Amino acid sequence: MKELSLNVLDIAKNSVKARATLIRISLEERAGVLTLVIADDGCGMKPEILEGVMNPFYTTRTTRKVGMGIPLLKLAAEQTGGSVTIVSRHEDDHPDDHGTEVTATFHTDHIDFTPIGDLPSTMETLIMGSPDIDFLFTHHSEKLHVELDTREMREILGPDVPLDSYEVIEWIGGSLREQYEASI
Amino acid sequence: MKSLAELAAIRDKMKDKVVLREGTNDTRIVVGMATCGIAAGARPVLSAFVESVNREGLADRVTVSQTGCIGICQYEPVVEVFQPGKEKVTYVKMTAEKADRVVKEHIKGGKVVEEYTIAKNA
Repeated sequence: MKELSLNVLDIAKNSVKARATLIRISLEERAGVLTLVIADDGCGMKPEILEGVMNPFYTTRTTRKVGMGIPLLKLAAEQTGGSVTIVSRHEDDHPDDHGTEVTATFHTDHIDFTPIGDLPSTMETLIMGSPDIDFLFTHHSEKLHVELDTREMREILGPDVPLDSYEVIEWIGGSLREQYEASI
Repeated sequence: MKSLAELAAIRDKMKDKVVLREGTNDTRIVVGMATCGIAAGARPVLSAFVESVNREGLADRVTVSQTGCIGICQYEPVVEVFQPGKEKVTYVKMTAEKADRVVKEHIKGGKVVEEYTIAKNA
């Protein structure tokens, strides 16, 4: 992947497939370390599935939804000296508290750190593709304070204006880009 | 700053619009957005289709959507166009510029951009 924002798009799509109702995407940059968390309240994975998702060759037809996404994220993190950890609770075993949390850390001053890239476009694409799911996006560093909460947006838009309306998607991209520009 | 007030204005504007969705005469543009598609550049292709469809005033009869892996990863970004009564058209190795041309010539003009189809690129 040319940008980490593409990994974010790809990994968050797993949460969509896991029937999440809320997907939290957070980036925190502190002292040369970027911590990316993608957490959902979807169906979760059983321990035996979780064990295999790091390995691209584990994938079979029935579990092909896992595929190369996690291995590519792991590669991007590990080539900077960082790592990826996944915690998951399957709905069968945790009916009231299920979901998956993917955490990746990156050393941002490492020469092999992949640029973060266009996160506003990633959020536009995710929300366009799943207008009924809620997203909480945050990106914080010493200089940055960027946030988007679709639940807050829905309160204003009401039930008749879907989040994938062109005007709303434009607003989302515009709002995020302005927040990034304001932070520079 | 894009404010929440601006969002309220969008809501008020859209209330007056009659939203006709999922009509039977709709054209569907489907962009492959699995890991393979994303890695090959599908995100800007999708954005270009959405922007172009709106710019050309086609939004009420054309939907742009995302799908998973279509199974021909080496040809990504792959885009399929479905139109009622017509055979599916599969465009391969798409870019934002090609997307714009497909909207203008095929979706609006009715003429398939043959040189971008899988038949001409396989």
